Amino acid sequence: MSAATHTPDLVEQALPDPETPQSTGRRVKDRTATVAVWAAFVIAMIPLVWIIVALLVKGGSVVVSASWWTNSQRGMTTLTAGGGAYHAIIGTLLQAVVTAVISVPLAIMTAIYLIEYGRSTRFGRIVSFMLDILTGVPSIVAGLFIYALWVTTFGLQRVPFAVCLALVLLMVPVVTRSTEEMLKLVPNELREASYALGVSKWRTITSIVLPTAFSGIITGILLGLARVMGETAPLLILGPYSQSIATNLFSGFMGTLPTMINAERNEVAAIPLDRVWGAALTLIILVLLLNLAGRLIARYSAVRK
Amino acid sequence: MTTETEVAQVLRPANHRRQDQVFKALAIGASSVIVALVVLVAVFLVTQAYPALRQNTANFFTSRIFSIDTPPIMFGIADLLWATIVTSVIAVVIAVPLGVSIALFLSHYAPERLARPAAQLVALLAAVPSIIYGLWASQLVAPYYLPVQDFLEKVLGWIPLFSATNTSGGATLMFAGIVLAVMILPIITSLSREVFAQTPTFHEEAALALGATRWEMIRTAVLPFGKPGVISAAMLGLGRALGETIAVTIIISSLSDQNRQSFSLSFFNGGETFASRIANNAAEFDTPTKAGAYISAGLVLFVLTFVVNAIARVVIERRRAFSE
Amino acid sequence: MAKRIDVKDLNVYYSSFKAVEDVTMTVEPRSVTAFIGPSGCGKSTFLRTLNRMHEVIPGARVEGSVMLDDLDLYAKGVDPVSVRRSVGMVFQRPNPFPTMSIYDNVIAGLRLNGVKGRKDLDEAVETSLKGANLWNEVKDRLKKPGAGLSGGQQQRLCIARAIAVRPQVLLMDEPCSALDPISTLAIEDLVNELKSDFTIVIVTHNMQQAARVSDRTAFFNLAATGKPGRLVEIGDTQKIFNNPIERATEDYISGRFG
Repeated sequence: MSAATHTPDLVEQALPDPETPQSTGRRVKDRTATVAVWAAFVIAMIPLVWIIVALLVKGGSVVVSASWWTNSQRGMTTLTAGGGAYHAIIGTLLQAVVTAVISVPLAIMTAIYLIEYGRSTRFGRIVSFMLDILTGVPSIVAGLFIYALWVTTFGLQRVPFAVCLALVLLMVPVVTRSTEEMLKLVPNELREASYALGVSKWRTITSIVLPTAFSGIITGILLGLARVMGETAPLLILGPYSQSIATNLFSGFMGTLPTMINAERNEVAAIPLDRVWGAALTLIILVLLLNLAGRLIARYSAVRK
Repeated sequence: MTTETEVAQVLRPANHRRQDQVFKALAIGASSVIVALVVLVAVFLVTQAYPALRQNTANFFTSRIFSIDTPPIMFGIADLLWATIVTSVIAVVIAVPLGVSIALFLSHYAPERLARPAAQLVALLAAVPSIIYGLWASQLVAPYYLPVQDFLEKVLGWIPLFSATNTSGGATLMFAGIVLAVMILPIITSLSREVFAQTPTFHEEAALALGATRWEMIRTAVLPFGKPGVISAAMLGLGRALGETIAVTIIISSLSDQNRQSFSLSFFNGGETFASRIANNAAEFDTPTKAGAYISAGLVLFVLTFVVNAIARVVIERRRAFSE
Repeated sequence: MAKRIDVKDLNVYYSSFKAVEDVTMTVEPRSVTAFIGPSGCGKSTFLRTLNRMHEVIPGARVEGSVMLDDLDLYAKGVDPVSVRRSVGMVFQRPNPFPTMSIYDNVIAGLRLNGVKGRKDLDEAVETSLKGANLWNEVKDRLKKPGAGLSGGQQQRLCIARAIAVRPQVLLMDEPCSALDPISTLAIEDLVNELKSDFTIVIVTHNMQQAARVSDRTAFFNLAATGKPGRLVEIGDTQKIFNNPIERATEDYISGRFG
């Protein structure tokens, strides 16, 4: 299939009489295609709108109450309404922050290596290849790996920190790839200008290259965080749910929004289901806020093509 | 006025060399951590799967039994492989034409002012956590899906793939595949759009100059040019679908032991994928052997996604080699 | 603070490709030396070897020696970063740092090399901007981004940035090729003033410019495509333009090729 093999019949169709309008068959096909691609877009929007509206309708009532944001589910059963998602919100945020604190330096330094040092080196190609593999690792496998390491090998308990380690595996490739893209956008002229002033390479990277790419890197981090906050699979293996407020990363269980949803999703009664939808709405609010922030920052990015 | 000597003093010469070395070492160190992590994932999965595989008295690849509580230990992945591949392939078959159409919409049809926000809306679809997709699908979409399934059963039921089964409601492979299609739509769309947007303008103009309609231009110039990109996008989408866990876990019902006795080809059957089998039993990793059995399944999933992603990479690399 | 440059038997390679062959020349202090020649003749490549900027390009290396007064730039143990503090460079396209204000741009080199004192920095900004004939135009908006200036102003900002670290030599790689005629004139005036303090080497594709600003001119050429560039001759600008020794120089100057 190439353009060249197709042009002859186009020529035959088009050449005999350029004055006559296109044949009806061709016009119908063209119109059909136009309608089809518009329809495809509309179809794709259905789930998005449906999900957002449904979450607002079904989760809105519990989320608007003040206690939702201040109380935990401690002592709540499927028969008692009330309580809140505070424990799950701080659990999700805490794990996300710890994950980011580990992932971001690792990811940024790796991206710096790949762009500033390792371009066209053998080790650079190996790292890039490994990063590709890591990008494709399913989140459940990341959870299994940390389980094999943390629980089976080290004989430790399932604790929130182990969840963070699994999430690091998922966040690092996302942030590394986006940082790489941003570093690539920094014009080489700026690096040269800095070198020509007698500035060393690491100073050039930290004081010229990174600040120039800063907003783009932040965007990548926020999008990576949003992805990690919604992850559920590794939590099933490593982070059992707790209804109480927990802040200790190294002992006990910690509630999070995904596991809060998972804990009661099979209930049929209205009270737990309301909580499930409320937690889902809360989760998507957090995720969308991060996405929005990321995209806004990207728009005011200093690096432009 | 700063004099030359003063400046020479403050510009501490060669002090940066050490700092440069330290910084580069940090960068190499971080990169080494990445390499080590991937190697460790593979090594740990293999070493922890191995003891369980040795005790396994059933054929790992062809058996559909998963009996690991009491000896003799027997487990196999045949039905997991089937469910995983069926759901993922259904997802790709639905998502590719849809994603390609949306990509064309974004790159060639949407008015300029709409194209950007529209692309961001599609990207938002990727931001929705998968547990929310699962919840939405099982609680809200399933009732609307059931009549479709009934209809297909009635019309196509004579084909084994569409025959009726005991699985109730929307808890079927087919439905999971449809929901997975929505979930992998954004990645297929954005990658396809990227390659479509790179179509050389002179190809497009050549077609248009010959009197081609917009659709003919797309068919003769844009689609052939973007084909490797679309294939690669489809493979990456497939990779996502294979490993997707919680949404699938929520949607499909696992089969009872009784229903597992006889194997059914039907898309309207329940079942478990690699990921959902592991997720459903995550609380039961109490002995190394039990954990090892699930880790074996995880290992197969890891290899499967690796192969699929590698194919995607090879396809796109080859295209890059041609276009340079 | 201006120094003499002595180049001896210099070859430049990109991996296995020899880009410049066998250059020997002296660049006099407190003067302007212009490099002219057809594109691809290696004049910019050669310029970069005078402050080891070519090392930024993977695979580039040199043979031969470059002496800055008594210091061999390529001697063992000489640090390329320190070399560039002594031999500054201005590029084809103005490249102010986009995240920095005008003020921060000027003192970027000082600050990134550890100069901290507020008073010193303020002084350096004023002196350098005055030295670059830009002070009057920007003194009221030093905190504004450097990217907001016109192309010609940006290039003068880059010159101010380069002279702020007080180099002994200033290399200019076609500094006017991206500028309009009026900005070009401003830069040429500036080059004339700067030569009382610095040794200046300027690469230009514009022969009138070489004739206007330089004291000495070096003509580079290459025998054929794919062959390395060579220094054909170097001498007083007057002589090179009016009475060159080599036939090739005369052909190039009179516009018969290139």
